[in-house]
Amino acid sequence: MSITASLTLTMPELILSIGAMFLLMVAAFGGDGLARAIGWGAVALFGAAGFSLLGPAGSGGPGFDGLYIADNFAAFAKLLIYIAAAVSVMVAPGFFDRAGGYRAEYPILILFSAVGMGMMVSAGDLLTLYVGLELQSLSAYVLASFQRRDARSAEAGLKYFVLGALASGILLYGISLLYGFTGTTLFAGISDSLAQTIGTEGRVSIGQLFGLVFVFAGLAFKISAVPFHMWTPDVYEGAPTPVTAFFASAPKVAAMALLLRVAVDAMGSSTDAWRQIVVFSALASTILGGVAAIGQTNFKRLLAYSSINNVGFALFGLAAGTPQGVAATMTYMAVYVAMTLGSFICVLQMRDTDGEPVETIASLSGLSRSRPGLAAALAIFMFSLAGIPPLFGFWPKFLVFEALVQEGFWPLAMIGIATSVIGAFYYLKIVKTMYFDEPAAEYAPSESTLEYGLIGIAALAVSPLGYLAIPLLDATSMAAAHSLF
Amino acid sequence: MGYPILSLLIGLPLIAAAICLFVDARTARWIALAATLIDLLLGLCLWTRYEIGGPQWQFTEHVALFGRFAWALGIDGIALLLIVLSVFLMPICIAASWEAIEKRVPEYMAAFLLMESLMIGVFAAQDLFLFYIFFEAGLIPMYLIIGIWGGANRIYASYKFFLYTLLGSVLMLIAMLWMANEAGTTDIPTLMAYDFPAQAQTWLFLAFFASFAVKMPMWPVHTWLPDAHVQAPTAGSVILAGVLLKMGGYGFIRFSLPMFPIASAELMWLVMGLSMVAVVVTSLIALVQEDMKKLIAYSSVAHMAFVTIGLFAFNRQGLEGALMVMLGHGLVSGALFLCVGVIYDRMHTREIARYGGLSNNMPKYALLFMLFTMASVGLPGTSNFVGEFLALVGAYEISSWVAFVATIGVILGAAYMLYLYARIAYGAARTEEAAAMPDLNAREVAMLVPIALAVLWMGVYPESFLAPMRNDVGSILARLAPAAPESDAKVSIGKPAAATAPDSHHSAEAHN
Repeated sequence: MSITASLTLTMPELILSIGAMFLLMVAAFGGDGLARAIGWGAVALFGAAGFSLLGPAGSGGPGFDGLYIADNFAAFAKLLIYIAAAVSVMVAPGFFDRAGGYRAEYPILILFSAVGMGMMVSAGDLLTLYVGLELQSLSAYVLASFQRRDARSAEAGLKYFVLGALASGILLYGISLLYGFTGTTLFAGISDSLAQTIGTEGRVSIGQLFGLVFVFAGLAFKISAVPFHMWTPDVYEGAPTPVTAFFASAPKVAAMALLLRVAVDAMGSSTDAWRQIVVFSALASTILGGVAAIGQTNFKRLLAYSSINNVGFALFGLAAGTPQGVAATMTYMAVYVAMTLGSFICVLQMRDTDGEPVETIASLSGLSRSRPGLAAALAIFMFSLAGIPPLFGFWPKFLVFEALVQEGFWPLAMIGIATSVIGAFYYLKIVKTMYFDEPAAEYAPSESTLEYGLIGIAALAVSPLGYLAIPLLDATSMAAAHSLF
Repeated sequence: MGYPILSLLIGLPLIAAAICLFVDARTARWIALAATLIDLLLGLCLWTRYEIGGPQWQFTEHVALFGRFAWALGIDGIALLLIVLSVFLMPICIAASWEAIEKRVPEYMAAFLLMESLMIGVFAAQDLFLFYIFFEAGLIPMYLIIGIWGGANRIYASYKFFLYTLLGSVLMLIAMLWMANEAGTTDIPTLMAYDFPAQAQTWLFLAFFASFAVKMPMWPVHTWLPDAHVQAPTAGSVILAGVLLKMGGYGFIRFSLPMFPIASAELMWLVMGLSMVAVVVTSLIALVQEDMKKLIAYSSVAHMAFVTIGLFAFNRQGLEGALMVMLGHGLVSGALFLCVGVIYDRMHTREIARYGGLSNNMPKYALLFMLFTMASVGLPGTSNFVGEFLALVGAYEISSWVAFVATIGVILGAAYMLYLYARIAYGAARTEEAAAMPDLNAREVAMLVPIALAVLWMGVYPESFLAPMRNDVGSILARLAPAAPESDAKVSIGKPAAATAPDSHHSAEAHN
């Protein structure tokens, strides 16, 4: 394949990288006064990158001798990533204007991060994977400490960096072991080599197993699955809210998609070896994400545990190890993005009459009386995160458990779904606070029609109307999943 | 079938609910009343146009809207009557809340209308997953109704209600997924005719049982009910007792019995055992209650045990009796909660000891309350007599012991209800406020009299209600027949006296 053909496959990354560098120049010479315009420029770039997926970049197959894969799966993940990233850019100016200092670097960092995420989901080689992951992570570390003067934000950035570097180290160690014991870093080659070992010895060799475990551990950190979740609550709480919204959505999708690709493409021949890791991590995440959230008083921390909880459920789809399971996990991430972005934009509305952000759950008391629309939207997101029908959050849970049951893992499905009841408790607690309790001090009125519009769109997407999108979601997620198998 | 009447029944309250959210309290009340009355008319229209002896599933609609499962609706006689019960109670609930609910009226009305469309959806759904969505979705409005407009301990009650029933239902979802995967369809009528492997049936039955037993509620998972009932506002209790509890019974008759006949027969002892305990224990608990609503709540548990006893008798009398108890109890317990609500609105206490002598100053009230008390006891001529009698006959056919214990429950039922009535209506008023309470006003009369008429109609001419269900009960019995457990009575036709010695020996053996 010629270099130009390969380059056309990477069209979204090209658009985003060149666009981001251009905007960086504009920012350097134009100053922060242009920050808002640069933000809209970034949103336009995301739109263009999304449209480019309709071309060969969406389904062109492997490029650069297999280092990069542009298939339906990558396209599905990228679309989600771009939407989430664009929303995170759009809601930021409103937040930073009041909290002080919106700067042009914000949209540009998100752009670079999105390039990294695009590389992650399109990786066909462990090194592409690592480079993409690092590009994403480095941008994310800076974003976490974007409010330099805020101690919590600086702390969040530092924690994220230290633990993230540790995870990258673990991942890199796993990669080196896999390379050592299989002789290649290409996913296809690793898969063949593992199949060969299983064919001759009946199971993967101990070295390969170690490599596999370390790679999974490194990736589990990125999706914040238990037992590598410890950074999540602190970082989510400390980072500025738009950044937290970004962390909870786009990088989660990218890391989950990456995990799926590594598990299926590179290690598909040793499913039995990694299934127990995934099952443990999934169960532990749903239980810990449920139990630990109960005592939280900070709403952003609670949402952090909620994301751990939801990632656990999404992992159940991977545990099935089938195309249906992978499709279920991707659908899960799609719906999860809508729910979590909606929730965080609601958090952006939480500010006292002086304009200072409030994050306590207690401040939500009686919200249904002072701001009925906002309370209703937040209640929709909470019930949806809990997976209560008729809200659309039920559907992805349905799909992952369906995938498990189809493979005969119904006892696991039983335990898994029982843990969802634990989670339901704290989501109910939020609804209780908003609807049953006596009103607390009112929030400052918000005039941002953009944020209201985004909340409205997200709420409609997870409302029962979302069920009408099932045929479309089914078709696209199955197409995505089949390109892995 | 011309126009999609079932979708209309479901959709109309939904639209009205959305409108209610944007208007003031007065308008919301009228919109809710109008919507529920139109739904009642539609429901009656459904009843009159239902062809008795026609196809098993009528008014069917099928739109493959959601890809994996469909918007499939359709009703048989059983679903028809439960839908009619729901739409009948709904306007009464709105009327009961007319003055009692003062805060956040638009939201209250919206929650009730949402509840109505979900309940109708449960009974009309012909797709497994559509049913599940309706079944579960009902938790959200009920949670809000109990939590926002409930009594002092409402938050505990609302959590308990929600989490208890959720835990029961999620296991059912896994069973449903397994069934859909095994049978390759989500169509309920097809699944009702599908023979699942005998061993799997036991697991599936238990998973469904977890959900329906909680919903029903059966002893010992009934403990959410007294809390929810006591804390809920009057109309909330009416809907809980009148319709939501029927979802458990409906689930048994729509899913457990026809889909898992072998497991139903094998686990009959479990259901019968729990029901026998429930009848006696909860009746005794009801006897010592000091709180009127709690007393009626426990009586609900006891009455619902008659439903399970009838259902698992595996014969026509039992099944029809169970269905009649469901309908009758829906009316009577609803009416009893309304009666409690009437005096609660006046004195704001549910404590029995604070009332007394109401027959002196509230004669109309005392009369209607008397009628519903008698109906609850199961006096001939009222709705519950028909149901309980048939259920007991059915139970006696299958097991004398069950019938014996259940009949003790009837006696205890008379005891606690009459004792309640005596303490409230007879004697002298225990407090001055009780003596000064005015009699029923026109609105309250308009709420209670239609129920009273329906109760008498069911008691005097039950054929109107039995006729639509007859064929459907027959088809369930046909499904159950191969698995039906043997009766313990072992009735055999007596031999003439002239029989030879070996023959009489043989018949004696049969008696053992």
